[in-house]
Amino acid sequence: MRTSLILLIGLLVVGIFAPFTGLYTQFLMKCLALALFAVAFNFFTGNVGLLSIGHAAFFGMGAYMAGYATKAWGFTPELALVVALIVGLVLGLVIGGMAIRRQGIYFAMITLALAQMVYFFCVQAPFTGAEDGLQRIPRRALFGIIDLSDDLAMYAFVLAVVVAVVWGFQRLMEAPFGQVLLAIRDNEPRAISLGYDVQAFKLSAFAMSAAVAGLAGGVKALTLGFAGLPDAHWTQSGSVILMCLLGGLGTPLGPIVGAILVVTLESRLSSLGVVHIGSLSVDLSSKVPIIIGFIFMLCVMLFRKGIVGEIAAVLASAKGRRLSAK
Amino acid sequence: MISAAQAKVAGTADVLSVEDLHAWYGESHVLHGMTFSLQPGEVVALLGRNGSGRTTTLRAVMGLVGRRQGVIRVAGKDAVRLPPHLIARMGVGYCPEERGIFASLSCEENLMLPPQQKSACGMPLDEIYTLLPNLAERRHTPGTRLSGGEQQMLAIARILRTGAHLLLLDEISEGLAPVIVDRLFDLVTVLKSRGYTILLVEQNKYFAAPLADRFLVVERGQIVMRLTAAELEAQADLVDRTLGV
Amino acid sequence: MFDIPLQVLLGQITIGLVNGCFYAILSLGLALIFGLLNVINFAHGALYMLGAFGVYLAMQKIGVNYWWSLILVPIVVGAFGALIERLLLRRLAGLDHLYSLLFTFGLALVLEGIFRDIYGSAGLPYPTPPQLRGLIDLGFMRLPIYRVWIVGVSLFVCIATWFLIERTRLGSYLRAGTENARMVQALGINVPLMVTFVYALGAGLAAFAGVLAAPIYQVQPLMGSNILIVTFAVVVIGGLGSTAGAIATGLALGVIEGLSKVFYPEISSTIVFIVMAFVLLMRPAGLFGREA
Repeated sequence: MRTSLILLIGLLVVGIFAPFTGLYTQFLMKCLALALFAVAFNFFTGNVGLLSIGHAAFFGMGAYMAGYATKAWGFTPELALVVALIVGLVLGLVIGGMAIRRQGIYFAMITLALAQMVYFFCVQAPFTGAEDGLQRIPRRALFGIIDLSDDLAMYAFVLAVVVAVVWGFQRLMEAPFGQVLLAIRDNEPRAISLGYDVQAFKLSAFAMSAAVAGLAGGVKALTLGFAGLPDAHWTQSGSVILMCLLGGLGTPLGPIVGAILVVTLESRLSSLGVVHIGSLSVDLSSKVPIIIGFIFMLCVMLFRKGIVGEIAAVLASAKGRRLSAK
Repeated sequence: MISAAQAKVAGTADVLSVEDLHAWYGESHVLHGMTFSLQPGEVVALLGRNGSGRTTTLRAVMGLVGRRQGVIRVAGKDAVRLPPHLIARMGVGYCPEERGIFASLSCEENLMLPPQQKSACGMPLDEIYTLLPNLAERRHTPGTRLSGGEQQMLAIARILRTGAHLLLLDEISEGLAPVIVDRLFDLVTVLKSRGYTILLVEQNKYFAAPLADRFLVVERGQIVMRLTAAELEAQADLVDRTLGV
Repeated sequence: MFDIPLQVLLGQITIGLVNGCFYAILSLGLALIFGLLNVINFAHGALYMLGAFGVYLAMQKIGVNYWWSLILVPIVVGAFGALIERLLLRRLAGLDHLYSLLFTFGLALVLEGIFRDIYGSAGLPYPTPPQLRGLIDLGFMRLPIYRVWIVGVSLFVCIATWFLIERTRLGSYLRAGTENARMVQALGINVPLMVTFVYALGAGLAAFAGVLAAPIYQVQPLMGSNILIVTFAVVVIGGLGSTAGAIATGLALGVIEGLSKVFYPEISSTIVFIVMAFVLLMRPAGLFGREA
């Protein structure tokens, strides 16, 4: 209970002050959307221990559906986000249902292949606008009355949603449900022998994770105003994995830190443009995937716990040393 | 029978010499300084409770544990830093508790799989089949369809074929019918008479007692008692209490 | 729906068979690497791309022709694979396979990123070697010679690989190693060397497919990632445990894909995944798979 309260307050404080530090609100909203996506992914892969490589399907479909609901059906933002959540949930149950019985690598490959089907659907479905995607998604009034055309107002709404969800996940993990998930991750046969319906737990976690991933897509579409094919592409799945790895898989804060880092990195690298090192001039903006790829490899080789994970480990060993010194 | 060349080399040094061996599985410190040695042609049994570190000792000698520290010498040559396949090539044969029979290969393919070590003389196939006739009968049966006893005999036969002269046998009588256990007993007796050096991990005292020349009782990764066969008889009660029997 | 001219039908089947050959070679390599190393080689598509770029650059920069490239490029890419395995991938061996998957994913990003940076995303043309140009007239249809060549040499390579795995001593070490690598090592076989060899073999096979692909598909940096996901699906459908099964599945799915383009083009890009979904519900271990 304490951890989640600290987390809640901490995030709110940081979130409330962030727009006033000179950072672009659009950039912050992108961070929020992707942080939510990363948190959703981490909820399943970090806590259950099964790698899903298909989460972009939920993110992309959430973005498309929220965008379409707003544009074509005139939904207000909170309803559009509910649509995105439900789309993610349903898709999660379908894909999860097919994949959940398998272990390890097979599970990962199945999520990837099924997500690819969703991607191709997005390419061909008429309402998605194919290559162009859904553009100029309007910002309707929240609940029909609160005007969100000002970035700051939109940001406040999104911040509230994201912090609420992150807090909700944290509470869930502290509750018996979360403890069972961790037990399954650490020793599945034992959990089965204790009488838990392991498949049901795993599928629920997957569906919840998918629902929130869809929600994150919806947030992205409504704040940035567009939804496109890259949102559903498997490289987006890879991106969210990197965020969690970099930040710290399995930790509550890690995905958020990782998401902010990756979004910052990508935008800084693109804006740096041409850089001069000695007599060489290197155009960094076209090299972003190469650098991201290297960071990926470096992280996996040397830095597996991620930033938050490493910090936690250092703190834990310091605590251990203090205790043993007594 | 081991060759004269092998006997000459073996005669000058212990076949296996272990000093202050520590071993870890990940973070877990399992062996806390094992020290023992085997003379050529000896049969030594490691007795102890489950979890005492007997299997880990065999695996450590074979190089199959996470981390080892200490001295391991096979026929005088340093083995503690070598990977498992090089230790096998020094003439060490390992027969694990799970037997390690390959399910996708037939009985004979399993037997023929390991390469013969160059300097040693592997037991020829017909000799193995003479020694273990039911392997001959079941030679084309896939590994999965062999009975427990047949798998055990196959596992031993496999390392005999490589020409190993130091045999590490882990719980070979476990879970087998008395008739099969008798046959294994006879097999080990024959091998002993042919001069093989054998390190045996055995739960079953009645199996090990008549076979072994010496007994090492292992507790928590260390040797707590060293007994000859005669001493084992004399101190049977003390041994039983230590083993928690 | 059924009054498709025979020529069109046979033409699509041929194209499908050609694609199937690529699926077969690539899924064979993937399955080998997964079987022994327990690694999902996300870099497999990039290695295929390296093969195509290899034959292209060999011609452009050093004037080496197609025939030499067919032998040399897979060897070079195979050596590169061996280096990657020995120096980097090996360090992840004992860990959750998540990490080796992510590592190879990062490697793919880097390789594709480098080539995209230098050559852009557009395709580069590679000419069909002069000896293989033209058509064979069979009366009821005309077959491009190059496609016949692809099918022929692919089948040869697949059968040779099958022979290596199922009928040679090294192959028996490999098959035993897939089951229990530690035991194989305890019997005196240098398993670490075998592991490096298998990764190199998989890389070489992928590059070989890339060389074959250069004249008929455009040589472009993203050609690997497009085909990779489908290859994963093929491996899942075929299951692990049968070399011949992997080859047959690859060929069959290529043909199915080709046929779908004739009868129902809208699903041709997803038909492989639909088949995969069905197979998974029916036989979770894959058509030829052995449940571990």
